[in-house]
Amino acid sequence: MEAVVFFVAAIGALGGAIGVIAMRNPFYSVLALIVHLFSLAALFLLLTSAFVAAAQVVVYAGAVMVLYVFVVAYVGGGGESAWEPIPGQRFLAPLLAIALFVELSIAVLGSALKALETDGPEVSAGFGDPAAIGRLLLEKFLLPFEASSILLLLAAVGAIVLAARRREAEGEAPSKHSPTRLEGASPSAPNA
Amino acid sequence: MNIEWYIVLSSLLFATGVLGILLRRSPMVILLCLELMLNAGNLALVAFSRMVGNEQGQVFAVIVMVIAACEVVVGLGLIVAIFRRRLPLNVDDLRELRG
Repeated sequence: MEAVVFFVAAIGALGGAIGVIAMRNPFYSVLALIVHLFSLAALFLLLTSAFVAAAQVVVYAGAVMVLYVFVVAYVGGGGESAWEPIPGQRFLAPLLAIALFVELSIAVLGSALKALETDGPEVSAGFGDPAAIGRLLLEKFLLPFEASSILLLLAAVGAIVLAARRREAEGEAPSKHSPTRLEGASPSAPNA
Repeated sequence: MNIEWYIVLSSLLFATGVLGILLRRSPMVILLCLELMLNAGNLALVAFSRMVGNEQGQVFAVIVMVIAACEVVVGLGLIVAIFRRRLPLNVDDLRELRG
């Protein structure tokens, strides 16, 4: 039973990952990534880490992907031009990826970690539930927890600074503006 | 299931993310491939945490999720800024910093 769930989730995760890089339209790539994230959440549940699985679904598949969908809708998908400015890149890249996979597998499987071939030790029923993770976060890992909250604040402020409209920059080169931008700007001009 | 399977799956997902970054041109898809690589790392962290029988690896995974969220927010802000300035959304055209 566990093996069946593992292979179904693994196929979902791998299929989602391949879908992300194979789809031409970025919107479909985002949808494929959502499939990938849900399959990974199932794998996390198999590894008895309930809190990480829940955070994966709520934070990633919920919040972050909605952000992606909004930006794809704003920027617009498609328009990806020819695939290879470097000659032969389409054939070299898979070779490099396969080499990386083989190298990673050799590095991990050859590491002589004896517990790798087991299912892991027996754990109590509360392993990885929110209470255990919360206790670790607030006791042993309090400093990283607070540092990550500051990092989140900095990222939010940085994104606002990056994406905010710049009035001065808009006035300098009016010829580069698209019709939609000019339409948006024109109602305010007569009032000013 | 052996922990080995999870680790092999995780390296496969990581290699897929690298392949996407090497192949695709759109900065948005490259951000998605970065997500793939971070998630592969997360899977390895959680699998090793299960192997040791200790929850601290799961805390690492949660922190990695926070880092990924920050990276996405800043990256998407950059993409919106690039789009606003009417520059091409193609990493091969945005090469002025390459030297």
